[in-house]
Amino acid sequence: MSEAPDTWLVAGASSAIARAFARRAAAANANVVLAGRDRPDLEATAADLRVRFTQRVEVADFDASRPETHAAVLERAKSFAAPAVLNLFVAVGVMPSQADIDADPDLAERVVQTNFSAVVRFLQMAAPLFEAQKRGRIVVLGSVAGDRGRLSNYVYGAAKAGLHAYLQGLRARLWRAGVTVTTVKPGPVDTAMTFGLGRLPLLVQPDAVATICWAAALAGREEIYAPPPWRFIMAILRAIPEKIFKKLSL
Amino acid sequence: MQISGWGRASQAQVRAARPERPRDIDAALAEGRSGGLLARGGGRAYGDAALNDGGQVLLTRRLDRLLAFDATTGDLVCEPGVTFADLLDVFLPRGFMPPASPGTAFATVGGAVAADVHGKNHDRHGSFGDHVQWFDLLLADGTTQRVSPQSDPELFAATIGGMGLTGILRAVCFRMLPGASHNVAVRERRMPSLDHFLTACADVRETATFQVGWIDALARGPALGRGILETAEFAPGAGAGPPRRSRAVPFDLPSALLNRWTIGAFNGAYFRRVPAAGRERARPFRDFLYPLDSIHDWNRIYGRRGFYQFQAVVPDAAAPVALRQMLEMISSAGRASFLAVLKTLGRPGRGMLSFPLRGHTLALDFPRGPGIEALLERLAATALEHGGRVYLAKDALLTQAQFRAMYHDLPRFEAVLRRVDPRGVFISDQARRLGLKGPP
Repeated sequence: MSEAPDTWLVAGASSAIARAFARRAAAANANVVLAGRDRPDLEATAADLRVRFTQRVEVADFDASRPETHAAVLERAKSFAAPAVLNLFVAVGVMPSQADIDADPDLAERVVQTNFSAVVRFLQMAAPLFEAQKRGRIVVLGSVAGDRGRLSNYVYGAAKAGLHAYLQGLRARLWRAGVTVTTVKPGPVDTAMTFGLGRLPLLVQPDAVATICWAAALAGREEIYAPPPWRFIMAILRAIPEKIFKKLSL
Repeated sequence: MQISGWGRASQAQVRAARPERPRDIDAALAEGRSGGLLARGGGRAYGDAALNDGGQVLLTRRLDRLLAFDATTGDLVCEPGVTFADLLDVFLPRGFMPPASPGTAFATVGGAVAADVHGKNHDRHGSFGDHVQWFDLLLADGTTQRVSPQSDPELFAATIGGMGLTGILRAVCFRMLPGASHNVAVRERRMPSLDHFLTACADVRETATFQVGWIDALARGPALGRGILETAEFAPGAGAGPPRRSRAVPFDLPSALLNRWTIGAFNGAYFRRVPAAGRERARPFRDFLYPLDSIHDWNRIYGRRGFYQFQAVVPDAAAPVALRQMLEMISSAGRASFLAVLKTLGRPGRGMLSFPLRGHTLALDFPRGPGIEALLERLAATALEHGGRVYLAKDALLTQAQFRAMYHDLPRFEAVLRRVDPRGVFISDQARRLGLKGPP
């Protein structure tokens, strides 16, 4: 964070984690572009950032599932950031219940489309811009669900697993241009996505995840878990042989 | 899910929605399922005011955005889930404070409107509702109206202090007060008896910006009503300093731990903590406003059975007699809790069900146990007899008859409810108990 403040483009800015991240970035004197579908909601978040921190904040229409919105958002964010650096935070995803997905193959496709294909397309479009910039940070929300396919969440998990693999490649590509790509794998976070699901292990607040994301972005970390103990839990889960794992109701 | 009032004596099984965006509020109302709907903020109402057993509650805490601030007027527009902690974090460094603040920073702006909360500066600045300019209110018919004293005076006055029964707040505009700073100079004086207390209160209410009294409600005889009177003024002093470390009560303490001897010993020590000659010291404003906030979940010290809080106000003229009667009841029952609070209130609120009137207010906790409901009933009756009333944000036990006799504007309030919510969509356990709305 030198001279002119950086700009963070926050894609999927209506989500609780993204909102918390936007506050974190604005508190650190960054400018923010809030991109998402729910314009009145984004305007409220923008107003909040202006009242709290008086940074430059802008709102942009963005729908990950509508590719025609991708280029315009990136262009807008790029010119908003100029001459300083543009950074990107991506919090795009949906998580219907596995039962609903099992009852509707179209929903399975939509889950893969939103959590994986749409994000990949958007990042593919963003990559050249970051290569040209030769700086910047990209933070993308994955999930612990992507570390192992589980009975209770395997379509969502598969999409996130694909995303993790994609981000590994993107990281290698953009490292050559001096750009960092950080994969954040949260466990259950206390947001609308998990509200009402009952007691969840190691449930964390969106603020805590945002803080972890922010620190990881500044440090240029590759892959982190939020909260960190998930690294060990998932290491154990991954080590269980499939012959046994298939019998577990996880 | 299971929720409870802050006193944990009242419990409810509810369906909960926790909107993160404005349009999710409409969705919750549109569901229109049985059992009614109630907005719930910080969950700091002690009794059943923020409960809706068998119905739905709408948790507003995630609607926490500041929408506009005008530094020349102090007007702030925000969503209902903004807490007093948020307000102080953002605005104290700019020299502004919330116009009235309850005893916990975990309360929300929505709750402050619904309970028309008052603070330690009530004589000087009035209650929260006195500073509200307008609010956006989602009504039972699904429309949202911007309500001000000009646009719809009856609905405005029904919503200020209306315990969430007129609708759901989407945004509130109120005036923050300038002249605030991080520190206050607090003056503490021992009050050896109730008479000393009342004389001193009458004096400081005209001069002090903040004033609050702590009473040892177990003291008897000539010491009845003894305590500490605190007054405070903003003081210069840089920065907030390091925030006080907050601790949590990790589990429910055994109820037997709190009895008249342990509490009596605590109260005596608290009294003697202040030297006989009094003292003056600088304290962080937040610590002065929220002495209990540094202990998270302090309500657990009363054990699993929970506790009641009683708070009533009586008009000035009746105060010496009424307070003496109440304190005698409490000390002879030997059931009181830690510190009781005694302070003056300056003027009636703007809401039809606003608690304040010009008088003296007494507030204290009672660990739940045999006979406690009867004691609270007698205390409420005493307040009523002297022209006083019980604070709905604390209440869990008032009867319909007591409530009706205490709140004289009730017919006007009910007329507004018949107009804006004829089917009784917005409802709480307290409203059912007090006969404010029939079963939906």
